[in-house]
Amino acid sequence: MTTYNEAFKDIPGTVIFDATQSRLGYQLNMFCMSLMNAGNRAAFKADERAYLAGFPMTEAQRQAVLDRDYNRMIALGGNIYFLAKIGATDGFSFQNLAAKMTGVPEEDYRAMMIAGGRPAQGNRSRSNPGR
Amino acid sequence: MARIVAGVTTSHVPAIGAALDLGKTADPYWQPVFAGYEFSKRWIADQKPDVVVLVYNDHASAFSLELIPTFAIGCAESFAPADEGWGPRPVPVVQGHPELAWHIAQSTILDEFDMTIVNRMDVDHGLTVPLSLMFGQPAAWPCKVIPLAVNVVQYPPPTGNRCWNLGRAIRKAVETFPEDLKVMVWGTGGMSHQLQGPRAGLINREFDTAFLDRLSSDPEGLAKIPHVDYVREAGSEGIELVMWLIMRGALARDAREVYRFYHVPASNTAVGHMILENA
Repeated sequence: MTTYNEAFKDIPGTVIFDATQSRLGYQLNMFCMSLMNAGNRAAFKADERAYLAGFPMTEAQRQAVLDRDYNRMIALGGNIYFLAKIGATDGFSFQNLAAKMTGVPEEDYRAMMIAGGRPAQGNRSRSNPGR
Repeated sequence: MARIVAGVTTSHVPAIGAALDLGKTADPYWQPVFAGYEFSKRWIADQKPDVVVLVYNDHASAFSLELIPTFAIGCAESFAPADEGWGPRPVPVVQGHPELAWHIAQSTILDEFDMTIVNRMDVDHGLTVPLSLMFGQPAAWPCKVIPLAVNVVQYPPPTGNRCWNLGRAIRKAVETFPEDLKVMVWGTGGMSHQLQGPRAGLINREFDTAFLDRLSSDPEGLAKIPHVDYVREAGSEGIELVMWLIMRGALARDAREVYRFYHVPASNTAVGHMILENA
């Protein structure tokens, strides 16, 4: 079991949503689920901090949501399919979120995708960066 | 008797659904994507399947973290499009086929696959985008659909080999259903893409091309790929490709590839599509 989980840790820039992350992020992700309802989306937008207080997550998780820091939310147990509901509530596309997470302007990210995307070469392995 | 006549695989990128719903199919960015499905739309209009068993993954829509079934089969009369955060897609309600769905559930469970039976489930872009790509924008979907949701969000997802074997069990189930039905099995998701973190945007054309090649010629070999290889080579969301093996397992070993399409990008994703026909 350890071998299965450990093997993924060699892949750069990637968090696997395993048991550890799922337990860490349960409340954060359940908050995201609540945004599938239009009334809840309106309540969240009206007063984000008050809405977040209704979910028993950590203050660090709440702050990451307020900051729209998606990489931080993922580190704190968020899963991208759940977090995407925050992006949708804000009116942003998945591509916009991806650009944010990679730290480049959306136009640059879009241009990278049109040019064929981020290559696998050099992005496969932490222990062997040239692979 | 019911019979499986063909299999279809396709990506199910949400932005494709949005492009269609917002009337952007002729935009230079989207035109090549939709052009890649023109053959398929003509083909399926000729084929006229009665039922599609549509293998897809739910993206935190019907299933949150409260309940995470590995394989869930929709046995309801109908399935409504889900509100994924921007309102439900303006597409028809999906009509199920409860008799065949229950038959597949019983047959596969007795074959030792522990299926979850679902009587109420909204269906998200994972299921509706493939229908839109294959059928366009009709007032009602032209066939019945049995949703088969596979967990690929919470680790561990099922292995490729498990998916391949489930496909084989579905084939056996369909072939023992007494009604004369033309059935298709679709496997959706993929191809290479990563939606999270600093590595988002990963695309691997070589991996995808080899996957398509082997899907028709070497499915048993493909079924042996471990999860870590999918993530390393095809990105964290490339793991969705295990679902294609359910489609492939449901077809005959000598099923014939009749169409293939590959395009980069649709939003963050490599679009892959293949049609296989049973002899």
